Amino acid sequence: MTEKTFVEAINSTLARAMREDERVIVLGEDVAEGGPYMVTAGLAEEFGRERVRNTPISEGAVCGVAVGAAQSGFKPVVEIMFIDFITLALDQLVNQAAKAHFMSGGQLSVPLVLRTQGGAGQRNGAQHSQSLEAWLAHVPGLKVVMPSNAADAAGLLASAIADPNPVVFVENKSLYFRRETVPDPPEPVPIGQARTLRPGSDVTIVALSRLVGDALEAADRLASGSGIEAEVIDPRTLVPLDLETLARSLRRTGRAVIAHEAVTAGGFGAELAAQLQAAAFDYLEAPIQRVGAPYTPIPVSPSLEDAYRPGAWEIEAAVRIALEWGEYDAEPWEHGAITAPRTSN
Amino acid sequence: MDTDVAAELLRTMWRIRLFEERVAQLKRTLQVHGLIHLSVGGEGVAAAVCGQLRNDDAVYSGHRAHGHAIAKGAPIDRLMAELMGRESGICRGLGGSMHLVDVEHGFMGATGVVGGNLPLALGTALTQHLEGTDAVTVVFFGDGAVQAGHFNESVNLAALWKLPVIFVCENNGMAEFTSREEHSAIERVSDVVAPYGFDRETVNGSDVPAVYDAFAGFLPEARKGRGPFLLECLTYRRRGHYEGDQQRYRDATAEEEWRERDPIARLTDSFGDDDAAAEIEREAAAEIEAAVRFARDSPYPEPAIATTLVYAT
Repeated sequence: MTEKTFVEAINSTLARAMREDERVIVLGEDVAEGGPYMVTAGLAEEFGRERVRNTPISEGAVCGVAVGAAQSGFKPVVEIMFIDFITLALDQLVNQAAKAHFMSGGQLSVPLVLRTQGGAGQRNGAQHSQSLEAWLAHVPGLKVVMPSNAADAAGLLASAIADPNPVVFVENKSLYFRRETVPDPPEPVPIGQARTLRPGSDVTIVALSRLVGDALEAADRLASGSGIEAEVIDPRTLVPLDLETLARSLRRTGRAVIAHEAVTAGGFGAELAAQLQAAAFDYLEAPIQRVGAPYTPIPVSPSLEDAYRPGAWEIEAAVRIALEWGEYDAEPWEHGAITAPRTSN
Repeated sequence: MDTDVAAELLRTMWRIRLFEERVAQLKRTLQVHGLIHLSVGGEGVAAAVCGQLRNDDAVYSGHRAHGHAIAKGAPIDRLMAELMGRESGICRGLGGSMHLVDVEHGFMGATGVVGGNLPLALGTALTQHLEGTDAVTVVFFGDGAVQAGHFNESVNLAALWKLPVIFVCENNGMAEFTSREEHSAIERVSDVVAPYGFDRETVNGSDVPAVYDAFAGFLPEARKGRGPFLLECLTYRRRGHYEGDQQRYRDATAEEEWRERDPIARLTDSFGDDDAAAEIEREAAAEIEAAVRFARDSPYPEPAIATTLVYAT
């Protein structure tokens, strides 16, 4: 085991992949300089600027170059600096990369990794903080990965680079610089396998990316304060989804809270809730609760952004609703027993 | 022009012309499916460019792709089967007219989104550059794609990275239903790329030897890694934007202009051997009919194929 940040875990995984296979190339804005978060620092020095290519601010063409290189036998890892800019690359990702294998009748494959990062909390405003993963999970042909910690980031990135399909690898900038314990060498993490981080029998919390840490914090508080045992599961990949691990837990607990940083409405939590209720309907004791951001663009002012970002408090509140559901004649908040969740918008 | 080369170009052009005219008929009787964009009048560019390429050179095309696929060597019977939605189609019935791919012959793909093929071609050219081969990539696009954002991004990247790519613009003066004067402030595409400093040329796309010679000037340089290049071919779109287009924008001089601009008629005139030219046409016609029979005899795909090809394994 060794101590690493999320950024260092990504960086060393990229370097290892580039050492093992010279068809792995890295391209994106400022990648040869390390990028704004230094995720690709040192790669240009080790592998040269032919394989670690700085690009102009041309997200569409750069993503397309990566797709073209991938379907010609290379394994590009292209970086879109902020997921907010993926809007400019969506034609290449959605219309080309996702469909090339299918539309060519299996002749082409696109072993591409698109790394990007999202998430709020840095006062960066509404164009540098979003969580847009649900858009990508909606497109057949793409895989979508969202690691919540450094060890998973390393293991999943290695799997993504080895995968013959286009994989969108969504990081959260709030996770970047915590020191974490990671296995050395990193253990591979298969794409499509959820991980149960905390066992529990009262409620299932399904959390994505940054909210996994918040879910664990909420679970600890619920346990120590109220004796509530929450099971916390991180799906780790949205597509393909390990529904069975989530459903098995829900069939046991009968109650579920789904938490992500993205806007609740139309977020991936909606898809999770739909799939889970279909898989575990007869076991449900309460409606599946969702925790996410309100339906507004992301504000800059610290007071507003802090209120905007969902976290442990919102998860805790949602757990209590799930657990207290049906114990009252009317809705729980009508008794003033608890505060109505902000997420029920 | 060398007689053997001219004969080969005539053969390719007839195969494209008769394939597409047959497709137009089949579309009217609902035997081919989806949006169909034909290149009648522009066959000379596909023939003259692809006729000089090797199998390991890559070609990308757009929505008007039949001619490029045929000229690059894709089998006509499997192309016809693809347009007819059959399991034996080149893409097993999953691609269709706008998304033809034939990796075996270096036809890396057509895309239905105008301009979307340009960065893909750069990606293939980047792999050729990194592998150090002398293979090149050609990307065909219309003048309508030049106003798409991908065009400027791609031209800049290709010039910055000196990629072995040859941009071949078929400037037929029309972006869908709209004339070039109405959609671009710059008339010549070769002028659009002038500031990037790479070699470019504009030729009459109906003059097949002129297209051939201009491309022959670029190709050996591209093989040495001295790209990119741009060849603009002024072509004539004989048919509508797509089959079914009412063409209300078409003016009355079209028929007269066509007689001037038919690349097959022009090359046949200079070819000098009418009997041989007629024989080439007959052979192509027989091949097209055989392709239609092959396609009609092929089954439609089993439904399971769609779910098994979403992801590569």
